[in-house]
Amino acid sequence: MTDTSMTPADASKKKSSLLAQDARTRKRNAAETRFRMYGMAAIAVGLLFLVFLFASILRSGLPAFTQTVVNIEFVLTKEQFDKAESKMLKTGEYQKIFISALTEQLEASGLDVDFDNKAIQRLVGKPGGTIRSFFLENPDRIGTPVSFELAASSRVDGYLNGRITRDTLVDSRFLMATDLDLVDALKEVDVIQSAFNWNFITGTDSGVDNPGGAGLGASVIGSFFMMLVVLFLSLPIGVAASIYLEEFAPKNRWTDLIEVNISNLAAVPSIVFGILGLAVFIQFAGLPQSAPLVGGLVLTLMTLPTIIISTRASLAAVPPSIRDAALGVGASKMQSVFHHVLPLAMPGILTGTIIGLAQALGETAPLLLIGMVGYVAREYPETFAGGFTDANSAMPAQIYTWASRADPGFYEKAWGGIIILLLFLITMNAIAVVLRRRFERRW
Amino acid sequence: MDTNDVKISTKDVQVYYGDNHAIKDVSVEIEDKTVTAFIGPSGCGKSTFLRCINRMNDTIDVCRVKGDIRIDSEDIYDPKVDPVQLRAKVGMVFQKPNPFPKSIYDNVAYGPRIHGLAKNKADLDDIVENALRRGAIWDEVKDRLQAPGTGLSGGQQQRLCIARAVATEPEVLLMDEPCSALDPIATAQVEELIDELRKNYSVVIVTHSMQQAARVSQKTAFFHLGNLVEYGETSTIFTNPVDPRTESYITGRIG
Repeated sequence: MTDTSMTPADASKKKSSLLAQDARTRKRNAAETRFRMYGMAAIAVGLLFLVFLFASILRSGLPAFTQTVVNIEFVLTKEQFDKAESKMLKTGEYQKIFISALTEQLEASGLDVDFDNKAIQRLVGKPGGTIRSFFLENPDRIGTPVSFELAASSRVDGYLNGRITRDTLVDSRFLMATDLDLVDALKEVDVIQSAFNWNFITGTDSGVDNPGGAGLGASVIGSFFMMLVVLFLSLPIGVAASIYLEEFAPKNRWTDLIEVNISNLAAVPSIVFGILGLAVFIQFAGLPQSAPLVGGLVLTLMTLPTIIISTRASLAAVPPSIRDAALGVGASKMQSVFHHVLPLAMPGILTGTIIGLAQALGETAPLLLIGMVGYVAREYPETFAGGFTDANSAMPAQIYTWASRADPGFYEKAWGGIIILLLFLITMNAIAVVLRRRFERRW
Repeated sequence: MDTNDVKISTKDVQVYYGDNHAIKDVSVEIEDKTVTAFIGPSGCGKSTFLRCINRMNDTIDVCRVKGDIRIDSEDIYDPKVDPVQLRAKVGMVFQKPNPFPKSIYDNVAYGPRIHGLAKNKADLDDIVENALRRGAIWDEVKDRLQAPGTGLSGGQQQRLCIARAVATEPEVLLMDEPCSALDPIATAQVEELIDELRKNYSVVIVTHSMQQAARVSQKTAFFHLGNLVEYGETSTIFTNPVDPRTESYITGRIG
């Protein structure tokens, strides 16, 4: 187009003012404003869900950290001990001693409440066994005042937490309305107390009928040993594989195939890794079932693609000029990678690794198939090596196990377990952020 | 003009990027202790040819080099040649200043360290000082050798890169448009430095700026579409070119 043909067109166009927006500009601005609103709405919805999630987790899970205990102190004389040991139903005898001690304590506080063996069983289970085993283990304490903190049943817990009210209570062999009067009375004289439930954090899992005694400690240890396996296998293997693929491997059909497959592996459902682990590590290699070693191996397989992908991305993000510079002064390929490229990619690699570990920490499905879900982790491993090979549970597996148990007390434990798991995940992500900040270098 | 010994001689060099024939039949003899400029329009292959001389093209998978390139009559593409050793002998300065994200000292000391040129710390200090002096940047950085090299200005960074390149005692220095990212003052400093470097090295410089070629070089090679069109004394090329394409380029009609 030449200047001469432009002139008539310009002349016919009305001179516009900069102070007034024309229709087109208004429309564009409106579209932009709308888009911003959509964006803010999307973020608001996301935040709302997050707040809702955290609120409901905290509301349901925090009661798991407190525990209702029946606190009672009494003296067991030698005669009582000998008499009880000579009986056929030994624990029943101890229970009678316990009840009489409780009655005494209540009378001393000026309360006269009527209760029987059954009511006590509904409140604190069968305390006789606990008392007997204590004195069998500590015979020197016979004749001296001993204070027992007996965990109250989950329904008593629920009553004091507000989960069960007098209105919703249905009389059953677990809890009767009359028991609640007893609970109120015991609470008044501080025989029933609320205490921080250290056992929940440090303890081990209990049987299906005792939610009060269940703890996450053993499965935290199980998760810890699994993460050790994952870290020490997947980091070196993943980083070595990525460095080779990114820096050394020729670009041909084979490496393309490997690349595509690694990306695909990252999207494989975790249960597939679980069944692979069952078939290869347990059935073929004969490794012990439910062992953190096997869990760690399976999770290593799962984490490897994540680490490889993020490591390759951070290696690729190192500017090629740095490689040229190193090669230009006569560094070998390997020197250029290890002296220059890898240190620059380090924050990305560490972040990817920690995110991968966090993902592995929360993974449940593969553990289902190698027998960690459902395993009742009743004890801590005795040795360090045992930490790898002894059957144990893991945090998400333990939560899953609790959630599927019938007693509503376990429901609360599951939520509490989620709080602990989330704390671990948040800590790991915070470490990732700190590492990234610290190692980040600009060029 | 006095004639020097031939340092680099190439014969019928062909370079292919996959199916693309990027360099065609280039034969050229580059003299020692001379600045040789490669000029030509973008994409004419002058950088590609430059990168053949220290085998930096090896890092590009699809690139194939054919023909004969000799430094001091030794074939550098001989299977017995280790490119790492070659690159210690043929230093390179890149288009964009690319100091390592390390201290100024470590930037210069890296090459001598990996080649084992220094016996002890004092030796290394000497090498670093010497190289920085030859890079004409010593006075500016002598008080902050531990400061990061990336914190320097663009011109300083490029001179640091030149210092880093000369620290390994190369015999040939290749420069791929070393001033294209620099302002006129920094360019003038680098050009002065190139003239200084001529005393010890054979310098090959790729440049887009014909004025720069005229200012710093004694010999000039004009590339066009992968062919070496004309090669000769810089003064002849710029005042009395033989080939009509050279004349068109230096008068601004093509390129």
